[in-house]
Amino acid sequence: MKKIYIYIILSVGAVLALVPFYWMIATSLKTPVEAVRFPPTWIPTHPRAENYLNAWRTAPFGRYFLNTVFIALTVLVGVIVTSALAAYAFAKMEFKGREIVFTLFLGMMMVPMPVYIVPGYLILSSFGWIDTYYALIVPWLVNVFSIFLLRQHFRNIPKALYDAATVDGCSDLGFLWRVAMPLSKPALVTISIFSLLGSWNSFIWPLVMTNRDTIRPVQVGLAYFIQEQSTNYTLLSAASTFVILPVIILFFFFQRQIIESHMKSGIKE
Amino acid sequence: MGERNSFIRPILYLLPAIIIIAVFRFLPILYVTRVSLYKWGMGGAERFTGLGNYLRAFSDLYFWQSLTNTMWYVIFVVPLTIFFSLLVALFLNSKIKALGFYRTTYFLPVVTSIVAVSMIWKWIYHPRIGLANYILSVFHLPLQRWLSEWRGVFEIMTGRDLPNVIAGPSLALLSIIIMMVWKSIGYNMIIFLAGLQNIPRHYYEAAEVDGANRLTVFKNITWPLLSSTTFYVLIMTTIVSFQVFAPIWLMTGPPAGGPLGTTNVLVYYLFDVAFNYSSYGYASALSMILFLMILSLTVLQKRVVERRVYYE
Repeated sequence: MKKIYIYIILSVGAVLALVPFYWMIATSLKTPVEAVRFPPTWIPTHPRAENYLNAWRTAPFGRYFLNTVFIALTVLVGVIVTSALAAYAFAKMEFKGREIVFTLFLGMMMVPMPVYIVPGYLILSSFGWIDTYYALIVPWLVNVFSIFLLRQHFRNIPKALYDAATVDGCSDLGFLWRVAMPLSKPALVTISIFSLLGSWNSFIWPLVMTNRDTIRPVQVGLAYFIQEQSTNYTLLSAASTFVILPVIILFFFFQRQIIESHMKSGIKE
Repeated sequence: MGERNSFIRPILYLLPAIIIIAVFRFLPILYVTRVSLYKWGMGGAERFTGLGNYLRAFSDLYFWQSLTNTMWYVIFVVPLTIFFSLLVALFLNSKIKALGFYRTTYFLPVVTSIVAVSMIWKWIYHPRIGLANYILSVFHLPLQRWLSEWRGVFEIMTGRDLPNVIAGPSLALLSIIIMMVWKSIGYNMIIFLAGLQNIPRHYYEAAEVDGANRLTVFKNITWPLLSSTTFYVLIMTTIVSFQVFAPIWLMTGPPAGGPLGTTNVLVYYLFDVAFNYSSYGYASALSMILFLMILSLTVLQKRVVERRVYYE
């Protein structure tokens, strides 16, 4: 097949991938009257940014963003700390039952997330955690895939390095923090990307665990906004645009790392 | 280092992870098993019913409908996703320029939140003034009701009433299928690309010397050597597809799962039973059924992968 056909097909595909995004941005700049015109206009005749301000004012999006940022950062720090400690124990310490515990951990990855919704709700209710940040943070402070990934990296750190460090009076914790962690940067980047993307886009869990507006993360806030403003598509498009904007910006800056992280997650088997 | 010390230290390192995993991963699985054996409502356990909730699922028409819808969803999403993502990966792997641009573009829907994506596609599928119908009208094709169309796609195509089993997914469900294929091509394309890059170059060089054409090369080299990647994508896409929920909640209805329950999938149904009817016992039984179905897929994958490694 000639190269030119490949380019044509790939470009058609690229257009199809982008059209919904274009349509969202175009709609977000239209007047309500123009938005419902049929046949539709591809380019807004009088583009206006007003919809963005209106959307931002109609629901407490500032609060939603703050909630999400707070949750995402807390979860990220938690995941890194718990994963580093656990991965270090699995990779560098000898103890009875190590393989069994590790296999049990890995086994937890086989449970699909929706299975946790009902028991998770009942357990968190009995803790009195529904509608609190605890419900959105604490269960996610550990991530088995992150432990697995870091353990692989820690195992590759030569024993000689450890011996040299301990002779110099370095403790295990010191070695983990000053030697093992800096040597595992690629794994930490992958873990951070998945953790942040996961927190930002998480939907079903916070949907079930929150009722109050003040606690809602941004996706759930947007979902209820969409329900309430059901036909007001200029407003909905503007809100959706600013909700996905942080991720899109992050994606453009770190696209190589993000895509390679996903690649790694696929070939871990 | 004493014996005692060498046991206590790893425990301390593992403690944070163990506590969270015990309370929020392990305990819920035991708990959902237990709750599934009770009639369990708002106020907690009402009475022990043994396998009653599981038997109830057997005779529950809504459960069977949700299972059928989930099957249609999986049967359509999985092959379509594999076909398109493999196609794109093959093209991207043929030493083209602007690889980075295409890769980024196709990957964009993957990182975008399902909430925003569902909103925009619902707008595209608007039955009167949506973009989808506009495009149909440009080509003088009959306009569709998309998300409000409950008729099966095979019914629409043949123009006659068909029995439920062969009517196919409703157009409403197909609309969601199309969107989800669009959203997941990028991820699987990346996995395929990684698999393609792992095929040693000398196979292709040998084929080139023999003057083999592209189709032969694909059939005799790429496809067989890519089989473990394809199998991984197949199983993972199936597992993920079984769990579809968000677009149903966000795009269909009211009530969600409509029109006429034709987009009511398994996870949406258990959500509905739990949080709109407070039947936590029955919802737990449905969760267990979902768990066992997905678990069998995971076990199948592990088996096949192990066998392949064994023979290598």
